[in-house]
Amino acid sequence: MLGGMESSENLRSSARERRKERLDRGIKVRTEGLYALSSWREMGYLLFPRLLFILGLLLAPLLLDMYWQRVLCQAGIYAILALGFDFLAEYVGLVCLGGAFFIGSGAYFSGLLSAQMGWSPFLTIPLATVAGAIVSTVVLFPCLRLRGIYFAIVSFMFPLLTIYIIIALNIFGGTEGMSALATFPNVWVDQYLILGMVVLSLFVMRRLVNEDFGLILRAIKDNDQAVKASGLSITAYKTKAVFIAALMGCFGGAYLSHLYGWIGISQFAMDFSILPIAGAVMGGMGTLVGPVLGAFILTPMSEALRGFGQLRVVLYCLILIGFIVYKPEGLMNTLQRKYHQFEHWEEV
Amino acid sequence: MEEGIFLQVKKVTKSYGGITAIREMSFDLGKGEILGLIGPNGSGKTTLVNLMTGFVRPDSGEVFFNQRRISGLPPHKIADLGVTRTFQIMRPYHSLPAYKNLIVPLNSPRIKRSRGGKLGDKDNVAIDLLEEIGFERDAYVPYKMASSLPLGYLKRLELARCLALKPEVIICDEIFSGLSMAEISTMIPVIEKLQMEGMAIMMIEHRLRELFKLVNRVIVMNFGEKLAEGAPEEVMARPDVREAYLGTEETTC
Repeated sequence: MLGGMESSENLRSSARERRKERLDRGIKVRTEGLYALSSWREMGYLLFPRLLFILGLLLAPLLLDMYWQRVLCQAGIYAILALGFDFLAEYVGLVCLGGAFFIGSGAYFSGLLSAQMGWSPFLTIPLATVAGAIVSTVVLFPCLRLRGIYFAIVSFMFPLLTIYIIIALNIFGGTEGMSALATFPNVWVDQYLILGMVVLSLFVMRRLVNEDFGLILRAIKDNDQAVKASGLSITAYKTKAVFIAALMGCFGGAYLSHLYGWIGISQFAMDFSILPIAGAVMGGMGTLVGPVLGAFILTPMSEALRGFGQLRVVLYCLILIGFIVYKPEGLMNTLQRKYHQFEHWEEV
Repeated sequence: MEEGIFLQVKKVTKSYGGITAIREMSFDLGKGEILGLIGPNGSGKTTLVNLMTGFVRPDSGEVFFNQRRISGLPPHKIADLGVTRTFQIMRPYHSLPAYKNLIVPLNSPRIKRSRGGKLGDKDNVAIDLLEEIGFERDAYVPYKMASSLPLGYLKRLELARCLALKPEVIICDEIFSGLSMAEISTMIPVIEKLQMEGMAIMMIEHRLRELFKLVNRVIVMNFGEKLAEGAPEEVMARPDVREAYLGTEETTC
């Protein structure tokens, strides 16, 4: 009975208003609790995207040639950095542009231990990860009172500062760096060490942010005054959070030094601070897996664009701007929504 | 120090640039007492709370709690000793559900000490506490995101966040403002119960009628100084208090 009215309405205004209606899939609601474990179908619904990602990551080295395998290793380093950036920015409220400092300190610790002591990478990497993270945390500690853009600027300064210290004092090999360090026994160790670490840190971070520790960090981001009034030292929590992010970054750096058997001031370069952020923006801030995904897309893309020479940077920027304009929520948020919801156009 | 005095503020002064926000404020707060703090806007009430809870350091003067000097300690240390506060501008942890807001104080060293390391299920403790303060468990209000709660619940959540810390002194910065009479009347018994349990409570309020039902002593502040102190009726009868609140004949005309 209403049909007639509607169609006459439609005739009158040819440009009809439409809007997209989104409905959660029933299975999404059912799988939000533990009940998901009661049926294979529902478990599969949850496991499928996760397995797709993990298996895709672990199988990728088998399908790639030497060159692209190296790119994958680099992407892994950026992915870990992006994960750390996302954790600090979205769960603690510290926008840390000091990724290069994490990489650099991890790399130099590992490289120096390897060169001076002659230890194997499997000993120097864990040592450098912890030592680098301690140094990074100590350096960033005085800045933890700063928030937002102020913390970002100060943290951005540290890698640049370190470059000049190394050059001015001509220490650790100066501008030349140090080469001919120990490398990994074979390419498979190269690949799976970093990819394994990406998957592991992703898993650990996902758990961590949902533990009480993670809740307190989110509370600090929302309202640090109220956390203080609850008898908790926000500096202690922020320090721990920075240490965790630094651990990931320094592992990346230590790994990088042994991947190429070389350390140099370019490990403090801006790339390591900026690219992970681009990855996080593209992948979707706050999702943890998004920034990892973003890094695994952006790094190979930047390599693929190498053919364009200097124009590469322009194209790279255009793609990024495109993402910011058309998909500001990021890839992961979009994918998640598409997976969990029906969408259809509805006339209004 | 005298028996029964719990919290003591001694000649506290704070100025910002040339403006003296608080000038030589002194008062005591006893165990199991509800003290009202009133005064016109800008008279320094919230600054005083900030000074007492360590968010702002006094230029001079001292604050004592249980014979211990607390002025100069950082806010989380003062809260750890059992002096806590609500905030006038409520900002809950909006990215968390209401009951998860209480997980923060439940993780504090103070609570960990008091329970001897055994915490049990913090979520249950949090939800019980919220139910006690008027969050209907059956209606799943404790599970709602803090960002979607209406004002009345936010005020109660703010109070619950303090109570989760099992404090000995609680300073409420305008927890009645913006609430309906019905909402206030559900909160009054909660506060009375806290008083019965021996908690020292200081209430900053503009809702005088409701405040006077609760308190037996009020302090009136004006321009950062103590204008009057005493029983509510007696204080409000004073001409200088009326003047501070309502203005003088000349200025109102």
